[in-house]
Amino acid sequence: MASAAPLDDAVVRRIARLARIRLGDEEVSRLRGELGAILGWIEQLNEVDVSGVDPLASVGQATLAMRADVVTDGDQTEAVLANAPARAGTFYTVPKVVE
Amino acid sequence: MSYIIEGATGPWELVIGLEVHAQIISRAKLFSGASAEYGAPPNSQVSFVDAGFPGMLPVINAECVAQAVRTGLGLNAQINLVSRFDRKNYFYADLPQGYQISQFAHPIVGKGEIEILLESGETRQIGVTRLHLEQDAGKSLHDQDPALSFIDLNRAGVALMEIVSEPDMRTPEEAGAYLRKLRTIMRYLGTCDGNMEEGSMRADVNVSVRKADEEFRTRCEIKNVNSVRFVMQAIEAEARRQVAVWESGEAVQQETRLYDPARSETRSMRSKEDAHDYRYFPDPDLLPLVIEQAWVDGLASGLPELPDAKKARFMSRYGLPAYDAGVLIMEQATADFYEVLAEGRDGKIAANWMLGDFFAGLNRLGRGIGDSPVSAAALGGLLDLLADATINGRIAKDVLEAMMETGEPAAAIVESRGLRQVTDTGAIDAAVEKVLAANPDKLAEYKSGKQKLFGFFVGQVMKAMAGKGNPALVNDALKRRL
Amino acid sequence: MTDTLDFTIAGARNALRAKTISARELTEAHLAAIEALEPSLNAFITVTPETALAAADAADGALARGEGGPLAGIPLAIKDLFCTNGIRTTAGSRILEPFVPPYESTVTRQLLRDGAVFLGKANLDEFAMGSSTTTSAFGPTINPWQRQGSNTQLVPGGSSGGSAAAVASGMALGSTGTDTGGSIRQPASFCGIVGMKPTYGRCSRFGVVAFASSLDQPGPFARTVEDAAILLGSMAGHDPRDSTSMDWPVPDYAAACRRGVKGLRIGVPREYHADGMPAEIERLWQQGLDWLRDAGAEIVDVSLPHTKYGLATYYIVAPAECSSNLARYDGVRFGLRVPAQDLTDLYEETRAAGFGAEVRRRILIGTYVLSAGYYDAYYLKAQKVRALILKDFTDVFGQVDALLTPTAPSAAFGVGENMDDPVKMYLNDVFTVPASIAGVPGISVPAGLDGDGLPLGLQVIGKHFDEETVFAVGQALESAAGFSAKPQIRVGSLR
Ligand SMILES: [Mg+2]
Ligand SMILES: [Zn+2]
Repeated sequence: MASAAPLDDAVVRRIARLARIRLGDEEVSRLRGELGAILGWIEQLNEVDVSGVDPLASVGQATLAMRADVVTDGDQTEAVLANAPARAGTFYTVPKVVE
Repeated sequence: MSYIIEGATGPWELVIGLEVHAQIISRAKLFSGASAEYGAPPNSQVSFVDAGFPGMLPVINAECVAQAVRTGLGLNAQINLVSRFDRKNYFYADLPQGYQISQFAHPIVGKGEIEILLESGETRQIGVTRLHLEQDAGKSLHDQDPALSFIDLNRAGVALMEIVSEPDMRTPEEAGAYLRKLRTIMRYLGTCDGNMEEGSMRADVNVSVRKADEEFRTRCEIKNVNSVRFVMQAIEAEARRQVAVWESGEAVQQETRLYDPARSETRSMRSKEDAHDYRYFPDPDLLPLVIEQAWVDGLASGLPELPDAKKARFMSRYGLPAYDAGVLIMEQATADFYEVLAEGRDGKIAANWMLGDFFAGLNRLGRGIGDSPVSAAALGGLLDLLADATINGRIAKDVLEAMMETGEPAAAIVESRGLRQVTDTGAIDAAVEKVLAANPDKLAEYKSGKQKLFGFFVGQVMKAMAGKGNPALVNDALKRRL
Repeated sequence: MTDTLDFTIAGARNALRAKTISARELTEAHLAAIEALEPSLNAFITVTPETALAAADAADGALARGEGGPLAGIPLAIKDLFCTNGIRTTAGSRILEPFVPPYESTVTRQLLRDGAVFLGKANLDEFAMGSSTTTSAFGPTINPWQRQGSNTQLVPGGSSGGSAAAVASGMALGSTGTDTGGSIRQPASFCGIVGMKPTYGRCSRFGVVAFASSLDQPGPFARTVEDAAILLGSMAGHDPRDSTSMDWPVPDYAAACRRGVKGLRIGVPREYHADGMPAEIERLWQQGLDWLRDAGAEIVDVSLPHTKYGLATYYIVAPAECSSNLARYDGVRFGLRVPAQDLTDLYEETRAAGFGAEVRRRILIGTYVLSAGYYDAYYLKAQKVRALILKDFTDVFGQVDALLTPTAPSAAFGVGENMDDPVKMYLNDVFTVPASIAGVPGISVPAGLDGDGLPLGLQVIGKHFDEETVFAVGQALESAAGFSAKPQIRVGSLR
């Protein structure tokens, strides 16, 4: 595995940023230890010879069933917005995004 | 075909690739039963699947798959009987699930190609790398409130085809021709309406520059350009910027840029500069998409005649030059109009009239073939009057103008305005005598050898006959008399 | 009262049809039990007495007209991972605390169609991530069982610990759970009841809050194998709204329980003899094999060589999928929002405040193993090992009809134990995870008590879509074991 390099704080911060989870400094160092231990334990998969093995994404034994092109859903603006923590009229709202 | 930017350090060549997002024509969305129709009130065409609610799962729309296959067939591309959906993970306000379902590793359509027609009359083959299915995101409105962006998810989940070209284009014209041709093919197929203003077709443009015979240099991607003209302008502006960067001794940075048509320049999109790591992986909510060759064959047999085939047929059946045929097939409606017009008539004359005075007339009126005041049958009526020598070509132009203005048939205009061609030789001879008598000096010059004045006399005779003289007979009469 | 709460589902059905009890009486008794026991057990996040009584009355009406469905008037607890129309659904998370779904999951819709009465939403590990039901934002659920001579609070297992504790303590006749790596079977074992994880694709995942989509599978808890079979009969079936749900006919599972095991070949996977497993679990396992042999089955030693890599594979695949599945909890369309000036702050603050420590940990692991440069080494590798694990099962099921193993490497442990080290906690699932990875069905049946008087389960694993054999073997074990011990914390105990 390519992971032999131990996790450092910068990596923990980078993945937390990718996952959009704010971490305090203490948490970063605690997670560095915990995640490092989990990833270290996972390294046991190095022992397995997987040459020639096709990756398995799902155990579903069929292929994708398709539905007909018929409008069966929508037209429920209030239900879609009912749980919104913030809205304006029939829009969801978020803090202004600057492009 | 060469389009070169002359820099201080010598000539630079452009390398252009296009990624086109084409909205599939379908009733419902790619993975939900909500309507895909354009222009509905905000958040009225949203299923809980589209809004990424807990526990909601995607189910694929068969028609969207069929449309992708049809488009692939129209691009002479390889259809992959097994494809797969991946998740492209990133956070954005109008991306409800936090990922886009797309086909990253295994697209439904592989390599194909598009023949483009240039103004020089040359054609070129542009490679298509792939076509894949994916969902559209919602829409963020940034101008409704000083502090907030508004989110409308009507578009979220609408089916898109992303069509990626090879970096085969070398000029803005080629990029424009590629987009138009791609649009033509999809419109023929009925798979995408190609409406760039409504955003149902969007182009991301990859541009780099290089010296002759070099490997590719760093490219920049100009996102979401929304007209063919702007694509061509954006390429020019971006290429010039890159030449300037290289020649200043700096290096072009790979980045995403936006085109600002008002200033004719591209600028960096800072919001996209955040290091991206999309963490693609197979969507575990969807099984592999497996289609049967027989199904593909069925779709293939149901395809309409495609632009290239129509062009070849127009050339062989109507004797048209490649360029004229190429222009006539650009829009299905134009091609259909032409076929009605050319039926039982001289195909070349029909094409000349359509591409010349008829289109010019439509342009003047600001109309298209769809709302033309003159139908193909009516235009044919005009050509018939010309063919049976009821009117001459000069008068025909005036009649067409009148038809465009009034919508009346050619014959009625010719009759009511008395525009029939004069073939009575007596009347022609009389006009000739009158003109010669009125221009003794010119006649003397002609007799002393100034042969070029023959044209002057023809013009004067026609003028005297209010344009209605039969040109051949007028010529004969003058030759005899002079 | 105790009698009422001791009903099996099959027995209650008969009593309801014979009118010796009404659905309202049955429901009221269970609501009373909940009121009495909830302060000690915390098995529910939300109790819904009004809707329960209304459903009971409707069932009484239907029964009076001779129209009641197969579950008419049967009071159930629903894991709070199933979306229930108009009833708050939290997934045990702060981030969904205010969420009221405007739709019903397919599994619960089918249970309602058959007349079931929902008592409320059962507690769980947050987003089903855990083996102890201690990671819930709504506090831990306590196991109704206690060690002899001790009142140390024990965990009910997890993640469906609330569902298991409710059934074990008599607060519900049955319940729904979901199993991603053992989340039905392990709590069933810890709580001394039956828990069934069907084949992946047997029950619809539509409307079930997703943890790891390629592994998640709904299933039932009950106090007998036959009851679990009855519940699965209602829960199972093809759903066009779940593309991974398979279009296989739903057989009569209850009838399958009565098939017996005569002539069946039962495999004993040698790799399940784990290091450091308590001798009494080894002994119970051997006992189970003897019972099956006595009932006419043939016992065969088999090998599932990649068993030991199951957990590591699982702890790549499940976090990877969860990191993506949980991206939708962003404070924009539903759930918790921590207000902020800027969208990125809003996301980061909302998700930091809304997710608990274990969920954050798994999202970060999953983000890491999918990220550029690590995908091949972790995620792709895990998918390949997953293929090998599936092949182990396919090969073995060429030789045998079912497998028998212990359900978990230990009995219930104390609240707060195993919390210091995530890896140690993950080891709880060592026997249940391989079947999840392969997508095959498994059941846990209570088979005996350990030296402290805590229940221990045995696991039967079957072929894809062969739940019938699993039920038949489970029933044989149940009959032979004659497990009749009762947890310390139940309604009778409080009198
Ligand atoms: Mg792109
Ligand atoms: Zn795209």
